[in-house]
Amino acid sequence: MSDIVLEAHDVVKELGHGAGMVRALKGVSLSLKAGELTLLMGPSGSGKTTLLSILGCILAPTSGSIRVAGTDTANLGPEALADVRRKHIGFVFQSYNLFPTLNAVENVRLALDVRGRRGRLAADQAREALTKVGLSHKFKSYPGNMSGGEQQRVAVARALASAPSLLLADEPTAALDAENGQSVMQLLSEIAKDKSHAVLAVTHDHRTLPYADRIIHIEDGLIVGDERPERVRAAIVTPPPTIPLDEVHSGRASAPTRFAKKRKTKFHG
Amino acid sequence: MVLTLAFRNLVHDRVRLAVTLVGILFAIVLVAVQLGLYQGARKMIISMIDNAQGEIWITAFGAKSFEEAGQLSGRERHAVLSVPGVKSVTPLTVAFTEWRKPAGGSALIVLVGADPADGGLKPWNMVQGTPASLAEPHAVAVDKTYMDNLGVKGISDIAQIEQTRVRVAALTDGIRSFTMAPYVFTSLNRARSMLGLEPNQATFFLAKLDDPATTEAVRNEIKSRLANVDVLTQAEFRDRSLDHWLFGTGAGVALIGGAILGILVGTVIVAQTLYSSTKDHLTEFATLRALGSSAGYIHRVILAQAALSAVLGYVLGMAIAMVVVHFSEQTALPILMTPQLAIGLFVLTVAMCAISAISAIVKVTKLDPAMVFAR
Repeated sequence: MSDIVLEAHDVVKELGHGAGMVRALKGVSLSLKAGELTLLMGPSGSGKTTLLSILGCILAPTSGSIRVAGTDTANLGPEALADVRRKHIGFVFQSYNLFPTLNAVENVRLALDVRGRRGRLAADQAREALTKVGLSHKFKSYPGNMSGGEQQRVAVARALASAPSLLLADEPTAALDAENGQSVMQLLSEIAKDKSHAVLAVTHDHRTLPYADRIIHIEDGLIVGDERPERVRAAIVTPPPTIPLDEVHSGRASAPTRFAKKRKTKFHG
Repeated sequence: MVLTLAFRNLVHDRVRLAVTLVGILFAIVLVAVQLGLYQGARKMIISMIDNAQGEIWITAFGAKSFEEAGQLSGRERHAVLSVPGVKSVTPLTVAFTEWRKPAGGSALIVLVGADPADGGLKPWNMVQGTPASLAEPHAVAVDKTYMDNLGVKGISDIAQIEQTRVRVAALTDGIRSFTMAPYVFTSLNRARSMLGLEPNQATFFLAKLDDPATTEAVRNEIKSRLANVDVLTQAEFRDRSLDHWLFGTGAGVALIGGAILGILVGTVIVAQTLYSSTKDHLTEFATLRALGSSAGYIHRVILAQAALSAVLGYVLGMAIAMVVVHFSEQTALPILMTPQLAIGLFVLTVAMCAISAISAIVKVTKLDPAMVFAR
C-alpha cells in the first residue's frame, strides 16, 4: 500500500480578476508521505497559506490536481470538499481557533460531532486525545483560562481526535513563546512518527527546523527548495533534542540550545 | 454538541440575549393579547347562537347578527313545523332596549325573551336562581359582571325595562356581550310585551330537527316554502354574526392587525440579534467549516439558537400574557387563552424565530472557510 497521503500536481491559483489578478501559485507539484513532518517555508506573500488552503481542500485551485488519500478533489463542490476534509484532514491554526464558550473536551468533541461521532464514545475519544497531548488535567478548562501552548495543544488534540491521514498546521508556533513553541513542534514531530499521518506545517519560524523530516521552500508561488533531513541536519551544529514524551506533553521540556538559536538553512533547488 | 454550542453562543453575550428575549416576549404578549381578545370577542359574539338548542335559524331577511335582526310575523312557525324532519320550532325575541336603573339613569341592554320550558335558549352558568325562576312574575336574569352597569346589587333588586317593572330573579356568570349592552333574559311573552310586539311575533324561530344529519336538506326545504326570510344553519348564522361584528365594524381587523404587528416586530428583533450573533461568531463557523462540517451542520447550530430563543421567549412571554389574561377576566372584554391558542402561539414563536434565522443562514452560506487563515 502506498504511503503517499497527498499529491499535488501543477497547482495554479489565481486570485482576483482582470487587471487586479494575482497568480499566487504558479505550478506547484508535491507529494506528502505518511510518517513525515514537512515544513513549508517561505517569505510573506510567497503563497504558503494559499498552498495550505488548497492542499487542505478549503480553496479550489485554478488549475492542477490534488489527490488526498487517493481521492481526486478536482471538480468537487464545497460540500464534497468538506467531506474530504472531514474524512482525511485535520487542521491546526496559528490563532488556535478554539471555541471560547466550550471547554477543552467539548472543543475536541465538536470536531468529532461534525464527523457524526457522538455520545460517550466521542467523549472518551476526546479525553484520550487530550491525554495524548498532555492535557489530562485540563479537560474542563476553557480556552480563556489556558496558556497559548495549552490552547495550541487542545487544537492539536482536536485535529488528531478524528485520526486524519493529513495534518495541516498553519504557523503553529507563531503565537507561542520559545518553550511552548518547542513543545508543540515536538508534539507534531511525535505525531508524524506515527505512520498513519503526514504532517505539513507552514512556518517561517527557523526554530522549528530541527523537527523537520523535510523542508519545502516556496517563493513567489513556486517551490524553490525541497530538502530531506540529512541535509538539514547536517547544517545543524547541535544534535536534535531528546526529550521524554511525557515532558513534551506536559510542556515541561526546556528549550534546547539550538532551538533558541536562529539558523539559516541554505536550500538547494 | 449542536445544542450545546447554540446555547453557549446564546448565553455568551447576555445583553444580546436579553434584547432577543425582550423582543420575543414583546411579540408573544402582544400577539397573545390581540388574539386572546379576538377569541374572547368571538366567543361573546357566538355564545347565544352556540347555546341555543336548534339546528336551523329562521330570521327576518337580512338579519345581521343575533342582536340585530328584524321581527318575524309568526306565521313562519307553522310553515316550518309542516316541513318533514322538523321536530319542534321555538320562538325567540331579541332586541336592543332600555334598562332603567333603580337609582336613576339608564343603560342599553339586549333583551332575550325565551320560554325556558321550550328549551330553545335558556340562561346558562347560573350562580343564583334557575331558568325556571324566569317564570316568576316580573322575573329577569342578568349576568353578575354587569350588575354595576345595570345599577343592581343582586337578587330581588327592582329595575325597569321600557315601561315595565322587572325584578332580578337569577344571576349568571360569564355571559358577556360584545356590544357592551348586557344580555337580560326574561320569558318570551314578557319580552314581547316590553317590546310592544304582537303575541305571535318573534325575532327568530329556532327549528330543532329529528335528525341533525338532515340539516342541509331540511334547510333547503324550509327556504323553498318561505319567502322574504333568511333560513340559516347554526354555522351560517354564527359566521354571519362574526362577519358583522368583527369585520363589518373593523374590530376584528384591528385585533388581527395588532397581532400581525407583534409578529413583525418580534421577527425583526430576533432576526437582528441572530444576525449580529452570527456575525460575531463567523470565525468559529469558518473553523467548523474548515474542520469539515457540512453547511447543514452550521445551519442547525443557528436554527438551534433560534429555537432556544423561541422556547425561552415563549415561556417568559406566556407567563406575562397569563397574568394579563387573569386581570382581564372580570373586564367587559376578557382575553381568552385556550390550549389551542397557547399551542398556536408556540408554533408561531418557533416559526417566527426560524424565519428570523434566514438572514443569519444566508450570511454563513456565503462564508469563506479560508478566513480561518486570516491574520
